[in-house]
Amino acid sequence: MRRVYMDANATTPLLPEVMEAMRPYWMEHFGNASSIHQQGQRARTAVDQARESLAEFFGCHAAEVVFTSGGTEGDNTALFGLLHPGDHMITTSIEHSAVLQAADRLGRDGITATRVDPLPNGLIDPMDILRAIRPETRLISVMLANNETGVVQPVEEIGRIAAQTGVFFHIDAVQGAGKVPIDVKKIGCHILAISGHKMYAPKGVGAMFVRKGTPVDPLLVGGSHERRRRAGTENVPAIVALGKAAEIAMHGLESGAMHRVAALRDRLEQGILSQIPGTGVNGAGAPRAANTSNIWFDQVESEALVIALDLKGLAVSGGSACHSGATEPSHVLLAMGLDKKRARASLRFSLLKTATEDDIDYALDVVVTAVGRLRELAPAVEPALAETLAETLI
Amino acid sequence: MATASTITAPENTAEPGGTIAVAMSGGVDSSTVAAMLRDQGLKNGVAVIGLTLQLWDQNRLAGKPGVPEAPKAGRCCSLDDVYDARRVAETLDIPYYVVNQQERFEQDVVRPFVNDYLNGRTPIPCSLCNNHLKFDQLLLTARQIGAERIATGHYARNEYDPARGRWILKRPADRAKDQTWFLFGLTQQQLAHTLFPLGHLTKPEVREKARESHLPLADKPDSQEICFIPGGDYKQFIANYLEEQGQPMPDSSGELVTTAGRPLGAHEGVHNFTIGQRKGLKLTSPNPLYVLQIDRDSRKVTVGPESELNTAVLNVHRLNWISIPGLNEPMRVQVKIRHVHEPSPALIEPAGEDRVRITFDEPQRAITPGHSAVFYDGDEVVGGGWIL
Repeated sequence: MRRVYMDANATTPLLPEVMEAMRPYWMEHFGNASSIHQQGQRARTAVDQARESLAEFFGCHAAEVVFTSGGTEGDNTALFGLLHPGDHMITTSIEHSAVLQAADRLGRDGITATRVDPLPNGLIDPMDILRAIRPETRLISVMLANNETGVVQPVEEIGRIAAQTGVFFHIDAVQGAGKVPIDVKKIGCHILAISGHKMYAPKGVGAMFVRKGTPVDPLLVGGSHERRRRAGTENVPAIVALGKAAEIAMHGLESGAMHRVAALRDRLEQGILSQIPGTGVNGAGAPRAANTSNIWFDQVESEALVIALDLKGLAVSGGSACHSGATEPSHVLLAMGLDKKRARASLRFSLLKTATEDDIDYALDVVVTAVGRLRELAPAVEPALAETLAETLI
Repeated sequence: MATASTITAPENTAEPGGTIAVAMSGGVDSSTVAAMLRDQGLKNGVAVIGLTLQLWDQNRLAGKPGVPEAPKAGRCCSLDDVYDARRVAETLDIPYYVVNQQERFEQDVVRPFVNDYLNGRTPIPCSLCNNHLKFDQLLLTARQIGAERIATGHYARNEYDPARGRWILKRPADRAKDQTWFLFGLTQQQLAHTLFPLGHLTKPEVREKARESHLPLADKPDSQEICFIPGGDYKQFIANYLEEQGQPMPDSSGELVTTAGRPLGAHEGVHNFTIGQRKGLKLTSPNPLYVLQIDRDSRKVTVGPESELNTAVLNVHRLNWISIPGLNEPMRVQVKIRHVHEPSPALIEPAGEDRVRITFDEPQRAITPGHSAVFYDGDEVVGGGWIL
């Protein structure tokens, strides 16, 4: 059966060039980048070259690039590394759990957090950030692009607020990287985290921009790697791959690859909205990452729709998977003001940059059929068991 | 007369192609069903997919009194069971999905369970789960994702009888594992879309098949407890659940009395008792005393000697009929009133709207409101209802 993958915001495959770039560093150039000998120097050179690529990608100095194990580590490092008991931080209710749960953990240590809600279109209002600032506020943490809706946040305006108020600014750019140009100077952030596997590099590697002089304590200690900002032997092949992926992403952004993806995304979106009644776009009207479309379907449980589509060869996602693999309604959509029912009826399509016109046709075909079937079988009214139970105490 | 179930055409016959969804709990029985159907499917072209219902978060009440910080392993709905089910699906190379039904389970099973105890009844959550989750929601989800039928690891048989135009639920080959008592609420529509592939097998045969299929859990022990109460302490569960919901425990404390109404002592709430209970009465008496009756309104718990536990006549309501469309006149059947009870001869007769009176030939011990009474005609399940 044909399989079409429209879950790029979950993860992406490696590009062939990325695979090729990392290939020699598994067996041939296997050295430890900290070693003095030739093998070590070879590895060091590769890591340094990747660092230069990432510096260009971020718009920063190579010395401001720190390699990590991925987006979660970068986000965790920003919060755990910058905040101390008594501090206050501002974040948003639509962040990834790598930020939200780190903030929860810090709450135990006497670090308070304000979670700003988005507007109904998914955008954070910078004025809401400004209003939340207190004398003890030390950090603002806002994502670049939302993983569920693709909505791109006004980070430059928030950066100006951070600068004016003397507050550190962290950006979770995991979903923005490769889809939206990044310039850390323009944004005015102090830390920015990205993840390899969302941008056609492997899982288990990521990078941070850490502005020179930012007093961030390392999360991992045990060596002088990464200028003492992140201990642990460098994952050389994966770092090489991330460097290559960053180069390709920059080139793609310059040559308009995202415009092509946006056109495909728009065609998919328009096709669904015009062919299926009772549908709408979450985050409509806000600037969005070119590859992402989050659509609600009345009278449909997205959990069943995701499975039905998977069995027809289309991989998409609905809500976020909880520990068992079951689906929970998206906290992002709930924060945007959707009721539980509509949040549960929403599906995320996130296109790979290699998506084709054929993929869109196939997706439209199976989505229209599957939604029709689900609606046909949907129970007209929720059976009210409560009525058949006698006394009700609770 | 009692209400009839809708009659449907026999859709449950073997058809070429198609898809069956197996309800996988992570236990031996449902895993073996998946293996059997997968093997058959390789021959007859029927596709098999695995579904697990995520019903209860075992971490929810963790750390409350009597509940460990980290939940015990190997219980229904636990991550370990989902892991086991997933491993089986991987071994069999079938698609596998976990479906979140936690809200529905809480609404249709957990809350009624708590309510029943607080009202002096003794509930059977497994029957509620079968009626409202496994054969209702799961079947709906299965059909929505393109599977015409579901299969479960229940020990029961389900056959279409063209003469009567009805789906007939029958006791399984392995009488010791008979689960038809939990399945009496299935409608004709549900039976028409359900397969019980273990109905003709004994448990040892099922374990043997599991071993032949190289399933990693062929020797996993059977689960016995109520799946959302791993420790088995339902009183503690009710207290913890009410606390989590921010609701006070309703005061149903009162008196323990004799059948003559003589007070013997005090009790702390009707939910602490079940009919036939002997332990935990905190009474001193020359002869053992048993709970005979629980009255929520007067909060009186009547106790007495074992001989008075036996009753011949009872009423049931919220009926479901399987082998017959409804009951119009008295009928001789065998009636089963608890999981370990052997069906006993009785007469059932209509007793008003959605109500049946049962008269046992011999009085039966500890008839328990909140439980179900299921009517059998030999191997066939005639129907059943909930004891008033």
